[in-house]
Amino acid sequence: MSTNTAYYIPHKATWPVIGTAGLMIMLAGFANYLNDKLNNIAFMSSTGSAFMLVGFLIFVTMLVGWFTLQAKESETGMYNHEVGISYRHGMMWFIFSEIIFFAVFFGTLWYIRNLSVPWLGGEGAKAATKEILWPAFEAVWPTNGPGKVGGDFEPMGAWGLPFLNTLILLTSGVTCTWAHHGLLAKNRDQLIKGLMATVALGFLFVTFQAIEYHEAYTEMGLTLGSGVYGSTFFMLTGFHGFHVCVGAIILSVVLFRTTQGHFTPENHFAFEAAAWYWHFVDVVWLGLFVFVYLM
Amino acid sequence: MSAVVDEHDHHADDHHDHGPAKGLLRWITTTNHKDIGTMYLVFALAMFFVGGAMAMVIRAELFEPGLQFVDPAFFNSMTTMHALVMVFGAVMPAFVGLANWQIPLMIGAADMALPRMNNMSFWMLVAGVLLLASTLFMEGGAPNGGWTLYPPLVLQPITVGKALPFAVFSVHLLGISSIMGAINIIATIFNMRAPAMKMMDMPLFVWTWLITAFLLIAVMPVFAGAVTMLLTDKFFHTSFFNAAGGGDPVLYQHIFWFFGHPEVYIMILPTFGVASTIIPVFARKPLFGYASMVWATGSIAFLSFIVWAHHMFTVGMPIAGELYFMYATMIIAVPTGVKVFNWTATMWKGAMTFETPMLFSIAFVVLFTMGGFTGLMMSIAPADFQYHDTYFIVAHFHYTLVPASIFILMAAGYFWLPKWTGHMYNEKIGQLHFWLSVISVNILFFPQHFLGLAGMPRRIPDYAIQFADWNMISSIGGFIFGASQLLFLYIVIDTVRGGTGEKVSDEVWEDAGKHGLEWTLPSPVPYHTWTTPPTSAPTEHVLDSH
Amino acid sequence: MALGLGAAQADYTLNLMKGVTKVSNDIYDLHMLILWICVAIGVGVFGVMFYSIYHHRKSKGHVAAQFHENTTVEIIWTIIPTLILVAMAIPATYTMLELNDVEKSDMTIQVTGRQWYWDYKYLNSDIHFESHLDEASERAHRTKGADPRSVPHYLLNVDKPLVIPVKKKVRFVLTSTDVIHSWWVPDLGWKKDANPGFINEAWTSVDKAGTYRGQCTELCGRDHAFMPIVVIALEQPEYDAWVIKTLEQQKQKPDLSDQSSQQLMAHGESVYLKNCVGCHQINGAGVPGLIPALTGSAIATGKWESLDGFLRAGTSKMPKFDKLNAKESAELMTYVRNNLGNKVGDELQPKQTALPDDDD
Ligand code: HEA
Ligand code: HEA
Ligand code: HEC
Ligand code: CUA
Ligand SMILES: [Cu+2]
Repeated sequence: MSTNTAYYIPHKATWPVIGTAGLMIMLAGFANYLNDKLNNIAFMSSTGSAFMLVGFLIFVTMLVGWFTLQAKESETGMYNHEVGISYRHGMMWFIFSEIIFFAVFFGTLWYIRNLSVPWLGGEGAKAATKEILWPAFEAVWPTNGPGKVGGDFEPMGAWGLPFLNTLILLTSGVTCTWAHHGLLAKNRDQLIKGLMATVALGFLFVTFQAIEYHEAYTEMGLTLGSGVYGSTFFMLTGFHGFHVCVGAIILSVVLFRTTQGHFTPENHFAFEAAAWYWHFVDVVWLGLFVFVYLM
Repeated sequence: MSAVVDEHDHHADDHHDHGPAKGLLRWITTTNHKDIGTMYLVFALAMFFVGGAMAMVIRAELFEPGLQFVDPAFFNSMTTMHALVMVFGAVMPAFVGLANWQIPLMIGAADMALPRMNNMSFWMLVAGVLLLASTLFMEGGAPNGGWTLYPPLVLQPITVGKALPFAVFSVHLLGISSIMGAINIIATIFNMRAPAMKMMDMPLFVWTWLITAFLLIAVMPVFAGAVTMLLTDKFFHTSFFNAAGGGDPVLYQHIFWFFGHPEVYIMILPTFGVASTIIPVFARKPLFGYASMVWATGSIAFLSFIVWAHHMFTVGMPIAGELYFMYATMIIAVPTGVKVFNWTATMWKGAMTFETPMLFSIAFVVLFTMGGFTGLMMSIAPADFQYHDTYFIVAHFHYTLVPASIFILMAAGYFWLPKWTGHMYNEKIGQLHFWLSVISVNILFFPQHFLGLAGMPRRIPDYAIQFADWNMISSIGGFIFGASQLLFLYIVIDTVRGGTGEKVSDEVWEDAGKHGLEWTLPSPVPYHTWTTPPTSAPTEHVLDSH
Repeated sequence: MALGLGAAQADYTLNLMKGVTKVSNDIYDLHMLILWICVAIGVGVFGVMFYSIYHHRKSKGHVAAQFHENTTVEIIWTIIPTLILVAMAIPATYTMLELNDVEKSDMTIQVTGRQWYWDYKYLNSDIHFESHLDEASERAHRTKGADPRSVPHYLLNVDKPLVIPVKKKVRFVLTSTDVIHSWWVPDLGWKKDANPGFINEAWTSVDKAGTYRGQCTELCGRDHAFMPIVVIALEQPEYDAWVIKTLEQQKQKPDLSDQSSQQLMAHGESVYLKNCVGCHQINGAGVPGLIPALTGSAIATGKWESLDGFLRAGTSKMPKFDKLNAKESAELMTYVRNNLGNKVGDELQPKQTALPDDDD
């Protein structure tokens, strides 16, 4: 429990500006690399890549530094109850903004399946679109469009790896909650085991997804460039996979802190934030499973 | 919230605390809401001049028919960058700056809830603008597809050179900055408010910002998503906006405007809050309808999510969509009307004086309403088939942005600067600034209605002869308006350095203490305020309704 | 010109124009209705405000009343605007439905937006042509110091206008092959976007014969300001005559006889101004970082056969120009190779550039 009754206001923050600089350098480098890529300059010979790497290292340094500082402050009892509430507000609305970000891509999928593809196939008021521009096109899903962009491909089925991954993520949600119960019950063993299981399941998920992608690219002809099906498929699952990675890393940090004896039933914001994040990633996956794989 | 502690109390090395650190590092590492507010405001003012200088290039080129000064592609870059710089670099940051300064003072909080993140929000903004500005110096120039960045134009190699990925990442950084800023404001308002202040006691500026913050969190990720798809369409072979692959360029427009329409209200809602703060003070009367103002703000925010496609009446939507978006858009006139009527009723039977902040606020009410009227005209879908993408629209949104948002920012500057600095600005020059601005802004933008109705499209560097006269008049108005803003710069600097030399009272304005907590603090406001929260909330309508 | 392209400067109005179709008149009426409602509300609100500003000022010794919140008033000023809006929405809905009704048309024209000209195809006959900004405007806006005022219909004139019959329901199907454009003739009352890969539909029925001008209204790149639209509405008999004449002209084969070098250069310049100038600029300098210069270009000044091949094939960034006939190719290439700062010194005759199977 915090030893403070007063709201803690830090002074002289150095990490924010360092992190910002890192991010900016990384993105400027990435942008440079992308322009080089259009001119067929390889990743290794683009100057942009070097900046990307440097920026990324600075950014990671910031993350490590900043979170270490927060952990130290938290463990020395500098945060009172209200500080915890502010952090919770922060995390909650951050996750909300992430939900919106995913909603954009779900919305895109909806628009493409229910509007643009049917229109290209001549539906509604757009009969002339098919008649004049794409007479040979039939609106079916999945599709890579009237131009057959990206060539022939095979759509991703739901019941193989994706279904397995659904089970994995759902289980990880349970283990995460189990760990939380352990924390509340001062059962450190259960907490650590639960967290370890969650992290492991998370990485397992990512591994399976990597295998799935590999198959898509090498055996099914399904790539990011396979028309709108490929675009929406990889964009949605890709961003999700990225979030799983981030979530798993956050949970690993929490696990590490647990082994250092951090967190009490009263004071464990970091754990809670990580768990929220994990559940958010979980729920997004359910949406993906239904709308991307099943329907 | 309870009393506050800061780091110094824990470290033996610093006994004499509570003053700011010295030197440049003070600003770079600061977590103080007043410092950060100042940085936001200074940055925004600088960007206003940068964006304004670009507008001057536009107006100079349009002074006469024929191409005089710039290449058409550079002209398009200027249009694009002018808008992006003004929107994301000037107006939005200026309001975040005001929020940083005022919200803690107004709700009795010692600082923002998440001070380190507050610092980062500001620097992310700078980083985003730097990335964007860097494109000005690149081969192929800055983005020139309009601030709306419509594909396929912005993806076209012969239109946009190397700028696209920089613009996209800039949008990401600006988005992160805005979201962090918004989260901070929400957490501050919910968690740091003086216990004596109920939600319905909060000053309207705080209310409007709270609602704006929700808008920000809800739409900045949308914009980020849209530009991410631009990036992958250009560099990673996706087909979101490419019909051959099954996508649709119009999809981008839907996503953009789902962000873009709330975005324009992000630039106007805090304005409403400031106006509702200033007008009662100089009318010496409580705001007519506090509760209805809160509800109207909420309604406008809600409606802003369901009207986006009024920017797209001519893209070929199904008829049901056209009609729906027309009706939904029209409804916004109702809550906005409630606001306008409220301000008028607040002035009614007051005891008005007309210091510079009040003058700007009155001009705001009148000219914003005019911009609102043209907005309503464009919401009539069939009529918009004529107005769309002409100077009529340019006139519409500049009325809502310049003599509305910008005027209110000026008003806020005059209103609070004496409080912040403890110095009085020079009222004579302030009045001069006002009159020059209000006259020239109308010379600048009013003729653009005529141009649009007569058929002049927007985003063109050269035009047919029949548009020549009004363009010249508009440009002259523009130059006068631009030059007049140098007065504002002068006044700000002068006031910070001592102003008239007159020491202002804590209240600054007569009886202002009845209207808000900030006026009960000393002038200039100390570096740390409300380390113990106030025990009562002296907002006038509250005192009155008891 | 016979078609009336040289007619006087368009009448300039401060207000929206009434136009020459029923829809445009309906829109005009709507516009005036809303405008007057807004003016009336404005006069009311600002009237009250300025009355108060004048009379209720402290300097006049007015003492502030302290009233606030009045539910009755607040309900009134919510209900009345709502009713006004409903009153506006009704006629607006009718006009919207009318605009949308493309059924039962007499003819259909496909309009394709291109960077930076319009392509018109009459779907019920074989008429098909491009409509570019006229040469006089093209030259004037690209030449520093030229006086635009001396050019008739500066920027609002085209080489080949769209011709339609009056009092017939003409359906338009609009699309684009590159970026989004938007087709707008104010006198017809509407604009409609031309989206790549999709078709939008619209219609018009012009009441009065005449020449009506408009412009592209969706930002479509550097020459967005320079792709005007001219529509000429003709009485039916004149229209029928125009159709016959145009079809005949279209069938004519190009004249492949030899030309003098002056002729080649002069015609070549016209072809260049129509097709290439938008990107490669009037002096052939291109645009740094985006479009290569033709001045000193190895492809332009190398073997003419490879230049010819390059133009016919295009690249991912440059459209192909296989639409140019042998005559135009010869003229254009002669011009490109011997002007724009180039001096190859050759002279290509149409017979040379004619492909073996080139029979048009
Ligand atoms: C701060 C910015 C701001 C604000 C507040 C508004 C407010 C409104 N805007 Fe505007 N708008 C923009 C900024 C803004 N807009 C921008 C930047 C663009 C162009 C973007 C681009 O394309 O680049 C744009 C474009 C734009 C369009 C698209 C036009 C087109 O592209 O074809 C439309 C169409 O409906 C529209 C409508 C409205 C409406 C109905 C309001 C309403 O909120 C106005 C409501 C107010 C009133 C009506 C006045 C007060 C009310 C009364 C006194 C009550 C009684 C009145 C009646 C009953 C009539 N706006
Ligand atoms: C908050 C937003 C904001 C603000 C404040 C402004 C302010 C101004 N805007 Fe802008 N504008 C937009 C948002 C804004 N605009 C948007 C969104 C667009 C659409 C873009 C698009 O189509 O994509 C646009 C487009 C736009 C156009 C249409 C361009 C086109 O279609 O091609 C024009 C043309 O007149 C214009 C003019 C001006 C002028 C003269 C000002 C003035 O108010 C600026 C005044 C300020 C100054 C001038 C700076 C201060 C003074 C100096 C720098 C000193 C030097 C002074 C002199 C030399 C005289 N703007
Ligand atoms: C829409 C823009 C556009 C138009 C119109 C256009 N060009 Fe180009 N042109 C380009 C671009 C872009 C390139 C670079 C091609 C590439 O790298 O793929 C180019 C390249 C060339 C080159 C090769 C230059 C070099 O040395 O690399 C020649 C020659 C040329 N164009 C001639 C013409 C002629 C003649 C016309 C008119 C009939 C024309 N172009 C019309 C955009 C255009
Ligand atoms: Cu075509 Cu603008
Ligand atoms: Cu809008």
